[in-house]
Amino acid sequence: MPRIPSSFRRPLWILLLLGALSFALYAVFARVHYAWNWQRAWQYREQFVQGWLLTLGLSLAAMALSVLVGFALMLGRRARAEPLRLLCTGTVELLRGSPLLVQLLVGYYILATAVEIHSPLLVGIVLLACFEGAYLAEIFRGAIESISASQMEAARAVGFDRWQTYRFVVLPQAVRRALPGTTGQLVSLIKDSSLLSVIGVEELVQKVRILNSGSYTSLEGYLPLAAAYLVVTLPLSWYARRLERRFAYET
Amino acid sequence: MKLEGHRLTKSYGAFRALDAASFSTGDEARVVALLGPSGGGKSTLLRVLGGLLLPESGEVRLDGEALPHEPAAALATLRCNGFVFQGYNLFAHLSLQENIALPLREVHGLAVVEAEARACELLERLGLVDHRHKRPAELSGGQQQRGAIARALAPRPRLLLLDEPTSALDPVMTGEVLDVVRELAEQGQQIVLATHEISFARRVADWVVFLAGGRVLESCEAPAFFQAPATAAAREYLGGLSKYR
Repeated sequence: MPRIPSSFRRPLWILLLLGALSFALYAVFARVHYAWNWQRAWQYREQFVQGWLLTLGLSLAAMALSVLVGFALMLGRRARAEPLRLLCTGTVELLRGSPLLVQLLVGYYILATAVEIHSPLLVGIVLLACFEGAYLAEIFRGAIESISASQMEAARAVGFDRWQTYRFVVLPQAVRRALPGTTGQLVSLIKDSSLLSVIGVEELVQKVRILNSGSYTSLEGYLPLAAAYLVVTLPLSWYARRLERRFAYET
Repeated sequence: MKLEGHRLTKSYGAFRALDAASFSTGDEARVVALLGPSGGGKSTLLRVLGGLLLPESGEVRLDGEALPHEPAAALATLRCNGFVFQGYNLFAHLSLQENIALPLREVHGLAVVEAEARACELLERLGLVDHRHKRPAELSGGQQQRGAIARALAPRPRLLLLDEPTSALDPVMTGEVLDVVRELAEQGQQIVLATHEISFARRVADWVVFLAGGRVLESCEAPAFFQAPATAAAREYLGGLSKYR
C-alpha cells in the first residue's frame, strides 16, 4: 500500500469519520421510519434566524460581562479584607452550587420585580453572566495562584512594585493558563443561554419549541438547532486552540 | 565597600533562618562570599543584604548607611541592586532580550531603543546575542543563568548578589557561569555571593562570612579563613567539601 503524505492524513481521517457518522445516522433513521416534514419546518425559517441572532447577541453580551464578573470575584477572593473575601467566596459557592434555572426564576420573578426591572432580556443577561462569572472566577484564581513564588521573587528583584508585578509578570502568564478553561466556560455559556426561555426570552431554543408545536415536527427543529449552536461553538474552540498555541512558551 | 549586618533576625513561621546574625566586612571588601552548610541562612542573609527581604529586627549598613525599612525607600534601594538566583528565574513568557529590556524601561525609565541597545550589549558580552529572541525554555541552564546575570547587570547595579548561581548546573555550565562572575569581579563589580563552590570562592572572594544555624560564626578576610578557619564548624565544613576534590 502506498504511504499517504502526512498533510493529507488528517483531512482523510476526518472525511472517513464523518462518512461513518452519516451512515450510522442514516441507518438509525431508516430503522425507526421517521417521517420527515421539512416543508412545514421551513416556513419558520425567519423565526429561527431571529432566535439564533438573539442567542448570539445575548451570549456575546453575557460573555463580556461574565469575564468582568469573574475578574471582580477573583480579586475579591484574594482581597486582604476578610469580609470582602468571605462575601466573594460565598457568592461564588452559591452561584456555582445552585441550578441556573432556580437562579433565573428567583432572580427574574422575585429580585428583578422587587427593584422594578421588567426586561427579561436584560435580567437574563446579567444572571447568566453572574452564573458563568462564578466559574470563571475560580479558573482565573487557579491560574494566578499557579504562578510560582520564584517568578514573583524575580519580579520583586528586578524592582517591580506590586502593580508592575501583576501587569508584566503575573497576568500575562496567568492568561495563558486560564485560556483553555475560559473558552470551555464560554462554550457552556452559549448553551446555557437556552435556559433564558423560562423567563420569556425568545431565544433560539424557545423559537424552535414554537416551531415544533406549530408544525407538528420535532427533529426538523432540533437538528438545525444543534447545528446552529455548533456553528458558533466550534469556531470558538478552534480559535481558542490557536490562541493557546500562540501563547505556548512552556515546554 | 563596607558591608555590615547588625543583629539580623528573620523567621519563616517557627523556623529562624537568621538568628541575631552580626558581621562587618573590611572597608575595602569587593567580593564577599557567604559560606556555610545548607539551611544555615546564606540565602536569607543574601536577600536581606540586598533589600529583597526585610528583616524582622536588626539592620544592614552599606558604607555606613543603613538600608531603609519604609516600603518606598526600600524599593528604591532594591532597585540599585541586581539579583541572580539558583533557579535562574527568568520571566518564562518573555524573550531573553525582553527579560532585560522590560525592567530597564519600566523601572529605570530608559527609552525603548536605549533599553534594547543595552540588552544587546550585555547579551553580546555574555555570548548570548544569537539567542536573544528565544524564550527561557529554549535555552540550556547555563545560558539561562548567564541571561539572568545579564538582566541583573543591565541597570549597572551597585551590588550584584548571587544566590548559589551554579547549584542547578552541570560542571561544564558551572564553568561558563563562574567565568562570567570572575570576570565581573576582576572588572571591579561589587559582589555578594552565596555558594558551595569553595575553590571558586577561594579564588575570587576577598571577604568571607561563614554562617550556620542562622548565626554568623566567622567573618574575616578570605585568605585567613581558608588557611586557618577559627571555628570547628568551619573546619568541618571545609573538610567535608574538599573530601572528593
